[in-house]
Amino acid sequence: MLTKRVIVCLDVRDRKVTKGIKFESNVDVGDPVEMGAQYSRDGADELVFYDITASAEKRAIDIEMVKDIAKNVFIPFSVGGGVRNLEDMYDVLLAGAEKVSINSLAVLNPQIITDGAKAFGNQCMVLGLDAKFVGISEKFPSGYEVVIQGGRKPMGIDAVAWARRAEGLGIGEICLNSIDADGMREGYELSITELIANAVMVPVIASGGAGTPAHINTLFAKTHADAALVASMVHFGTYSIAQIKAEMALAGLPVRRVGVSK
Amino acid sequence: MLLRLRFPQVQPRTSPQKETDFLSYGPEVTMRVPVAIVDYEAGNLTSVLNAIQYLGLQAVVTKDPKVIAHADRVIFPGVGAARASMNVLLASGLGKAVQDAVTARKPVLGICIGCQIILEHSEEDGGVDCLGIIKGKALKFHSEPGLKIPHMGWNQVEFAFPHPIFKGVEDASEFYFVHSYHPVLSNPVEAAAYTTYGKQRFASALYRDTLVATQFHLEKSGDVGLELLKNFCKWNGELC
Repeated sequence: MLTKRVIVCLDVRDRKVTKGIKFESNVDVGDPVEMGAQYSRDGADELVFYDITASAEKRAIDIEMVKDIAKNVFIPFSVGGGVRNLEDMYDVLLAGAEKVSINSLAVLNPQIITDGAKAFGNQCMVLGLDAKFVGISEKFPSGYEVVIQGGRKPMGIDAVAWARRAEGLGIGEICLNSIDADGMREGYELSITELIANAVMVPVIASGGAGTPAHINTLFAKTHADAALVASMVHFGTYSIAQIKAEMALAGLPVRRVGVSK
Repeated sequence: MLLRLRFPQVQPRTSPQKETDFLSYGPEVTMRVPVAIVDYEAGNLTSVLNAIQYLGLQAVVTKDPKVIAHADRVIFPGVGAARASMNVLLASGLGKAVQDAVTARKPVLGICIGCQIILEHSEEDGGVDCLGIIKGKALKFHSEPGLKIPHMGWNQVEFAFPHPIFKGVEDASEFYFVHSYHPVLSNPVEAAAYTTYGKQRFASALYRDTLVATQFHLEKSGDVGLELLKNFCKWNGELC
């Protein structure tokens, strides 16, 4: 049986892992290569590295960092932030990443999804979808709008409609981030997660709001999400991956067991 | 790289040939190599090389059949599509080199597409004849309500028998999979392990003599995957 994945998200700025609340007031929490390797040893199922300043500074992702991660991390990892074109995707994948995550690039130029899926396979293509609650209206039947630039720029597109369209264009996975819940540690936003998980056939990763293992169990009990993204709850040592996995197993969720070799 | 074949306008700025670990190809190669990783332009080989080096072992990536002939062990990885892979294997002589390695009773490890292309036929790309080292076919997963294809993520691998490369790893441990096609064996005794996705149980590891192949990515499967890779790199090719 396919397990429910716990994915650790590492936001990277100037080659340091950083964590903020609602994309602001960031604090540095460590080295991305060391932290990635440690989470991998601790039993994380997958890692995501976002070069959070590459996009704003219009520069390419730090490829040397991606190569260093690949030499020390032997679980799948994806890289996002600052992917500008197919060449950037190629570089990231060749450096050893399993997947590439695109967000604003896909909103501004949806054709890149199809081009990337044709070139590299759709399993390589992850859509980062930032959604913000705006209330149900004719324009936003789901009540959630797609936003970019860390929530600062509303795009006038319904979040569920965008997820469906991206699937049709060839995206392989959707990482749904709730701007309202992000950094609040009060639990995932279940309603939009379930709306999107039911709207598409590709795997959905829920992101934003995880503060305790109970939040993860609730996510999987109440929605059809395939994976849970965690950040601050593990970066600051509040919980370990092993604790999260143990709580999930107790709740009867299919999880990848940690430390069963030998 | 397959990536480039499928999408010729993508020109990499980081050439894989610059990596010091890629063995210089050419007729002068005669030195023995402990592990040769077959580069048949089927996606990313860096992960396999990184994992072997992380284990403190030595390997080279090569496109040269002669290097494979001088290798003690051969790894036949791959991420990509069957037809493009077969085209390269036939044109380059690498397919024959892999078959020769099996005939010479060298340990050979196939991974992912390398586990499908050793079969006789693949359903992918409208049907492709493959190397035929093991009798069987690669078939697409049947659709089931709610079943997502590709099968992507961590799933249990149940050992059919204690193959030497499984040593020290608990039965039914989780490994990482990404695939839409899976092996179907003519001779089920050649299954080394099984995995169930939805209602479909398939052979997720195959073996014949000194050849062993895994549908899962052991280079991306954390500690248990590294353990299998280490076991393979020490395996003498005997089954018991």
